[in-house]
Amino acid sequence: MGYSLTKENMDAIFASLSKAYDIFAPHVFEQEACFSDQDNIRYASVTSLDEIEFEKKSEYSFKEALLAVQQNLFYFTEDEVTVPKISDKGILIFLRSCDLHAVKRLDQIYLNNGPEDFYYKRLREKAKFVLMGCTETCSSGFCASLGTNQADNYDMYLKITDGKVVVDCKNEELAGYFAGADTAEVIPDFVTENKEKVTLPKNLSNESFGNPVWNEVGSRCIGCGRCNFVCPTCTCYTMQDIYYQENAKVGERRRVWASCQVDGYTDMAGGHGFRKSQGERFRFKVMHKIYDFEKRFGYTMCVGCGRCDDVCPEYISYSNLVNRLAKEEQ
Amino acid sequence: MALDINTKKAKKNAYRISKERGIGASRIRVPGGYLKAEVLGMVQEIAEKYGNGIVHLTTRQGFEIEGIHLEDMDEINEKLQPIIEALEINQTDPNTGYPASGTRNVTACIGNNVCPFANYNTAEFAKRLEKAIFPNDLHVKVAFTGCPNDCAKVRMHDFGIMGMTMPQYDPSRCVSCEACIKGCRGLSVNALRMENYKIVRDTNKCIGCGVCITKCPTRAWTRSKKKYYKLTMMGRTGKKNPRLGKDWLIWVDEDNIVKIILNTYRYAKEFIDPKAPGGKEHIGYIIDRTGFDVYKEWALEGVEFLPETIVKERLYWDGEHYD
Repeated sequence: MGYSLTKENMDAIFASLSKAYDIFAPHVFEQEACFSDQDNIRYASVTSLDEIEFEKKSEYSFKEALLAVQQNLFYFTEDEVTVPKISDKGILIFLRSCDLHAVKRLDQIYLNNGPEDFYYKRLREKAKFVLMGCTETCSSGFCASLGTNQADNYDMYLKITDGKVVVDCKNEELAGYFAGADTAEVIPDFVTENKEKVTLPKNLSNESFGNPVWNEVGSRCIGCGRCNFVCPTCTCYTMQDIYYQENAKVGERRRVWASCQVDGYTDMAGGHGFRKSQGERFRFKVMHKIYDFEKRFGYTMCVGCGRCDDVCPEYISYSNLVNRLAKEEQ
Repeated sequence: MALDINTKKAKKNAYRISKERGIGASRIRVPGGYLKAEVLGMVQEIAEKYGNGIVHLTTRQGFEIEGIHLEDMDEINEKLQPIIEALEINQTDPNTGYPASGTRNVTACIGNNVCPFANYNTAEFAKRLEKAIFPNDLHVKVAFTGCPNDCAKVRMHDFGIMGMTMPQYDPSRCVSCEACIKGCRGLSVNALRMENYKIVRDTNKCIGCGVCITKCPTRAWTRSKKKYYKLTMMGRTGKKNPRLGKDWLIWVDEDNIVKIILNTYRYAKEFIDPKAPGGKEHIGYIIDRTGFDVYKEWALEGVEFLPETIVKERLYWDGEHYD
């Protein structure tokens, strides 16, 4: 059901929503960018609409709402293990179409890929998604090329326009908050074309390992991992067992984001590592996004948000690389 | 008619008396070395009409229009007016050129208008200080640099201002990738280490350069909202005792730097050698004579430091002694 309401009314509804939900949305962190006097946009827990950045793209994706950078799995004492509790509140995540498509990929990895992940599941089960439309394409995204430019599996759509708010609510529980509001026909904004257009290669295989392109990008890549950390579909983590310094018999196990580009990712006992060079690591990342995952699950992992291209300090373009691979097949 | 020039007045008016009889140069100060390109056209016009068509880019980020005839100074002063206005230079009387030349152009590296390493807007701060201290006949050199790389060579100035940031660490965003540790070790002072997968910053070692922040891929490290500076003191070149400036104030704020420099002008007026050649004496030599404690009494008047500011009790300079 679609609604049209004043900003003031929506603010009041938002206040009630924030009592029942932890709301995550893109937020401007002033002066928190890499460089001085620049802002960083990333997800934050918000309690009012005004805290949400609707215009500019977030540098980091929504994924930290479901997969925190650092997640404590349990605390241990000598004879007990305690799993940390989570909030009783629901979770509401504001995100764009590309990111909503990424949720499917996260679900694939954490819920439909062998045993379900307890920690992901308990957050995911109570998560609802609020779609933020795109009236125009961002500069680096290529969602239209991958069919992720449009999504209809949202719980709610929300747009602020000229002091008015329009909402399309598909979720019954959320619809309750809009009782009495004026109804309206609301169709989410989405883009049909991007500046960046990407063609996926069709014939990648183990033969692709020998492509000289990997050494080319490998010689430019500094292995910082930013492309992984901003990616809405990168799901890798690593484990850390902490023994408290004051009492080493007590501690905690955490999992933290990991990057296939950063040193240590494939290290094994005895000093063996599967992918030592940045070129091999880059190949692994790209082929995982557009080949391995698809081979296993039947669809492309990458959702075309373009964040990896936005963030790379060495200006390596993943989208250009993918296009090059496709072109070489012609 | 024979040329009759008051050279003292001309020099104070920012003209150089050259080695060629009757010929001088017009010196244009550009605070912070940051200017609109339109000024270049104005400089060109003067150089081609009054000079020999040559402009020297000075060591202090100004222009020196070469080959001008000293008898044209009044006319050139009128032509300089739009430049002086475009660069917002304090002036006593319009169309009379520069009111002083003792306090030198305030220089700056490119700063955070462009540079990824810079911790503040050097040109903006340089312009603020220029407004506060110019015009003045006292021979003072001040330079601003965005970070402790010191590309502006501020340590060779009476006052050197180096940008610092107090790194803010959010352990919950840290993935233990060690990019900050490697960055600090390779590019800076090796002030970071990892304990239990989290970063420990040695606050005694950290110089606030911000490398950890630029290297961090997750925004675990961010800049402090407050901008900090290091104030280096009394570096100088010259014949007697050239030396590098020493750190005096660390984690100091912008307002106090301006206050201290203004206080220094009052101090110098009181203690300058009345017989100094041309009335010019580097402040460093005045401090050598009065001692640093007396200088501090004057410089710190009305100054209230932030709790985090480190103030060195005494400074000991070295350098070559030829005197």
